[in-house]
Formats: sequence, structure tokens, C-alpha cells
Amino acid sequence: MHFARVIGTVVSTEKVPAWRGSRLLMLQPCDSSGTPTSARPLAAVDLVSAAPGQLVFYVRGREAAVALQNPENPADAAIVGLVDSVREEPGAVR
Amino acid sequence: MFLARVVGEVVATIKHPHLAAQRLLLVLPEQTPGRPQSPSVIAVDTVDAGIGDRVMVADEGNAAAQVLGKPRGPVRTVIVGVVDATDLPE
Repeated sequence: MHFARVIGTVVSTEKVPAWRGSRLLMLQPCDSSGTPTSARPLAAVDLVSAAPGQLVFYVRGREAAVALQNPENPADAAIVGLVDSVREEPGAVR
Repeated sequence: MFLARVVGEVVATIKHPHLAAQRLLLVLPEQTPGRPQSPSVIAVDTVDAGIGDRVMVADEGNAAAQVLGKPRGPVRTVIVGVVDATDLPE
């Protein structure tokens, strides 16, 4: 799982039936402090009612699809948690 | 599996039900000389690792499901061992 900041929403009326009722959000991958990494933004299925601006963590690949109720769907990224806080070793390299 | 150092603990109240009651740790993969540092990832702890520990991390969905004793869910990165020592060529 990786950290990301929610940077926006994606509105899609005509989509894969397995995603009906699911929210799609745009994510900017970042480190544990919220600083964006060089990875490009991605669209992800939201499973935890995240909102723009929030620090979240997400899964990529097959694990994103199985996070949905019906695992037979083409999701390759899914938000699975809202970050409350990160306790880090002092002076840790990110 | 890869070796990593536990560098933090992630607190998340709202998360996917599959992750309920799981401890989430931030692990920093060990750097191979001459290669760029891989970014840290969030892993589910199954061996009671702590910050500063050197650990072995599996990064595959089926491995995670097996270790957690659950059907496949949105977890692929799990800490599967605390490393006592390694003997590697320099």
C-alpha cells in the first residue's frame, strides 16, 4: 500500500457495470508527510469515502479489484484507508 | 520477498474491512548499492515487528491472503519475518 493525496474527483456516467455506484477519485502519490513523489497522478476507486485534500493509502494491481464487492472488475487502483497519523522513527529517510 | 527496515507506524481508523484490526507499518526497502532507493511502502504486520526492526516483506496478493488466513483482499504487502542476521557477499 502506498500513500497518496486526493487531488480531485472523476465523474463518469458511462462506465464498466461492475463499477456502478463506485466513486472514482484522482490521486497524487506522495510520501508519508504528504509531499508528492515523481509518480504521475492516477484514478482510483474510492472505498472509504475519501475527500479531496485527504491523505489516504491505496493498493494497486489485482488487489484493487478484489477490494470491491464483486472482484470481477477492471480496477487497478483502490483507496483502502484514510490516514489519521504516521508515527515515524526520528530522522528516518523516506 | 525483500528486506526492509521498519521506519514508522500508520494509524488509520477508517479503512477497508479486510484491514480491520491489522497493524500497518511503514517499511523502507533496503537499498542495493548503485541502485536508486525504492520508496517506503505500507505493510501489514504479522510478526509483531517494531520501529527499527529489519524485516522480510512479501509483496504478492496470494502470499498475503495465506499469511492473514483470509480470502484474497486488498492486501499484497505483508511483513512475514524479523531478520536476525544475513550473510551476504559485499
